[in-house]
Amino acid sequence: MVNIPSSIDDTVPAAEVEDVELYHPHSWWTTYVFSQDAKVIAIQYSLTAISIGLVALVLSWLMRLQLGFPGYFTFIDADRYYQFITMHGMIMVIYLLTALFLGGFGNYLIPLMLGARDMVFPYANMLSYWLYLLAVLVLAAGFFVPGGPTGAGWTLYPPQAILSGTPGGQSGGIILMLVSLILFIIGFTMGGLNYVVTVLQGRARGMTLMRMPLTIWGIFTATVMALLAFPALFVASVMMLFDLVLGTSFFMPAIVEMGTQLQHGGGSPILFQHLFWFFGHPEVYIVALPAFGIVSDLISTHARKNIFGYRMMVWAIVIIGALSFIVWAHHMYVSGMNPNFGFFFATTTLIIAVPTAIKVYNWVLTLWRGDIHLTIPMLFALGFIVTFVNGGLTGLFLGNVVVDVPLSDTMFVVAHFHMVMGVAPIMVIFGAIYHWYPKITGRMLDEIMGRIHFWVTFLGAYLIFFPMHYLGLLGAPRRYYELGESAVNPPSAHDLNVFITLMALTVGAAQMLFLFNLVWSLRHGKEAGGNPWRATTLEWQTPTTPPPHGNWGKELPVVYRWAYDYSVPGAPQDFIPQNQPNPDRLSMENAS
Amino acid sequence: MHESAKTKPSATPALPRPSGLSGFAADWASDQRTFKNVSWGKAMMWIFLLSDTFIFGCFLLAYMTARMSTTVPWPNPSEVFALNIGGQEVPLILIAIMTFVLISSSGTMAMAVNFGYRRDRRKTAALMLLTALFGATFVGMQAFEWTKLISEGVRPWENPWGAAQFGSTFFMITGFHGTHVTFGVIFLIIIARKVWRGDFDQERRGFFTSRKGNYEIVEITGLYWHFVDLVWVFIFAFFYLW
Ligand code: HEM
Ligand SMILES: [Cu+2]
Repeated sequence: MVNIPSSIDDTVPAAEVEDVELYHPHSWWTTYVFSQDAKVIAIQYSLTAISIGLVALVLSWLMRLQLGFPGYFTFIDADRYYQFITMHGMIMVIYLLTALFLGGFGNYLIPLMLGARDMVFPYANMLSYWLYLLAVLVLAAGFFVPGGPTGAGWTLYPPQAILSGTPGGQSGGIILMLVSLILFIIGFTMGGLNYVVTVLQGRARGMTLMRMPLTIWGIFTATVMALLAFPALFVASVMMLFDLVLGTSFFMPAIVEMGTQLQHGGGSPILFQHLFWFFGHPEVYIVALPAFGIVSDLISTHARKNIFGYRMMVWAIVIIGALSFIVWAHHMYVSGMNPNFGFFFATTTLIIAVPTAIKVYNWVLTLWRGDIHLTIPMLFALGFIVTFVNGGLTGLFLGNVVVDVPLSDTMFVVAHFHMVMGVAPIMVIFGAIYHWYPKITGRMLDEIMGRIHFWVTFLGAYLIFFPMHYLGLLGAPRRYYELGESAVNPPSAHDLNVFITLMALTVGAAQMLFLFNLVWSLRHGKEAGGNPWRATTLEWQTPTTPPPHGNWGKELPVVYRWAYDYSVPGAPQDFIPQNQPNPDRLSMENAS
Repeated sequence: MHESAKTKPSATPALPRPSGLSGFAADWASDQRTFKNVSWGKAMMWIFLLSDTFIFGCFLLAYMTARMSTTVPWPNPSEVFALNIGGQEVPLILIAIMTFVLISSSGTMAMAVNFGYRRDRRKTAALMLLTALFGATFVGMQAFEWTKLISEGVRPWENPWGAAQFGSTFFMITGFHGTHVTFGVIFLIIIARKVWRGDFDQERRGFFTSRKGNYEIVEITGLYWHFVDLVWVFIFAFFYLW
């Protein structure tokens, strides 16, 4: 038996905030469509994100077909290739990952895991989703306007982004992209304020900050970061829009285009890069921190062990979040900025590796001698650790100025960021869907399909992106439609490219199986019951599954312990829910 | 299902907490609320303002970059922003009046908040309307200033006196600020109407949110208004005094 010292968080204080009043929908429309229930909003966010994410997936196939079999698919010309790259990158990073982690998992899990009835301002929360949907539609409209979507690359660097030589540059494509980003940011802000205030001010009795599951810490920190980083993208988008439609010269230097001198002059393209990456780097962590948090909970639950070093994990999340605002110019080593900046930004970049490495050690130490159940969420969590470590290590290469300069803009970079912010967070998303699907629908996802999905996705993704490191070291540049016969593209690279393409198509096919599983299990999945994983956190303790509007029925839950009381010595079961009173002082909370 | 409807702090006293630094930490990390006695709405407004600060910060930094890196001369603000009164060029006179009006509006807003907490419906509503009037005057004068500059040939893409970025940053940033003021005015009028009608005394439900409001919304509106005012001070300093 573990004896813990008595502290003020032993006792559960009286309610400081009374129960809230919910909005009660009166019609089918306000229940399922214009719903103010965070759980419905979460599902709407997720389905929209997955739908547009599928578009990005298809685009990646098309790009890979071109790279694997250059010249074979005549409908993919150079312009199209750039449009595909741009839309693929932007959709994946913002409209899929950000929206799914914060709008999807954030909405579903924050109120449930914290023992709240809903977000604090459900109406604004609902608007957030509808603005997001609008942003997605505006973005997708780019495919249908004359000239097509923008082909400027997901970084949208001016001046080229708004010149006529770039596909979609002087037509609707780039305008739609910028407008869509602006809409997304406004919509996100409405949701993001909700998430932050709910975490800060809307928790259940007994749920102290240091008892929150790491999932919530990750989502919370990421949301705060997003609220501070998106403004830079907002400003950059507005200014670029003005350069384009009003003819201002914020980012446009004096420039000759196709033999004619343009009206622009005196603007600074580097300014755009600073604004973009002041958003862009935190964005990487906006995607990564929720993944860090979720994966911690998956590992702890499925290894039946308390998370190793909970406090350290929390502080690592917060410190990573803060540091990530002062590393942005490591994306600009070759931009021509003052070289002394490079030294500063390389240093801060490498410092971030410390808390990140601590997190990796703690995940591994949590697994160490745990009672590991190789469930599908656990498999994906393990897959995450492997791919994330891989991507993190190549990040150390790219963070150093002298190493980055020759590698910059090669396939090595593509390999790096796909590993670290493409594959790794996607692994967590899949793990999380397998983990929480039973709570959302009341049924388990099919096990066999799940295992096939995992192994094909994990191995396949590795086989797609690992060889790209090699291509990059050969010198193959990124964002090239076709390399032909050249020193950087020897015959062995051709074969490798064919192989990568075949793998990409295989991984894509596995996602179809996953989607099928999502739909099939809705009716045919095994009944899950309320707490199939025997987990401690509050969302598994709801009176009914799926949780009703208002989540908790009559009584709000009261929290007596942290989220990681697994395999507590002396306890009758190998988990103790957070809302179980603690008269015998049976908890690992203060031992950690 | 759930009768009580308070999202504001309840009267129940909080648990006694340790003093000193550990008390500070315990307070922040303690359950239910990180910021004691801060309601949801107020917390939300503060965090929104923090985010908005970053937007204005980026705009102003972009302006400074443009101004510092330009190779052509920057128009001289004390000539550009002068008004011809009685045959004499008076520098910065319009902007001085505008700033005075906006700062006064912050004063009336603060008074409205005060009367709001005393539940003085009439005075609160009247002071809020007065604040809105000041705000509208500010926007009106800004429109006048824009008209004057436009008639003198200032465009977002060029101007007669030098760097084109002068016009672009000026219209963009004052325009963005003016939009904030305009939203504030609309917000003030809506809330003033609710105060006047007694919504917060009768616990009438909001049209969209169907939640009961309370007088604190006056203070939250005030936070926004003071913020917009404060931002103006920076814009004023960076555009007109630099
Ligand atoms: C099966 C999965 C995926 C495949 C096969 C794939 C493939 C590709 C390819 C071929 C490129 C263009 C490389 C070049 O020519 O420069 C690319 C670019 C990119 N991808 Fe992916 N990708 C996948 C998933 C993802 C995911 C999940 C993300 C989310 C972060 C992502 C983010 C990006 C970004 C940001 C770019 C850069 C776009 C640009 O250069 O503007 N990708 N991807
Ligand atoms: Cu970065």
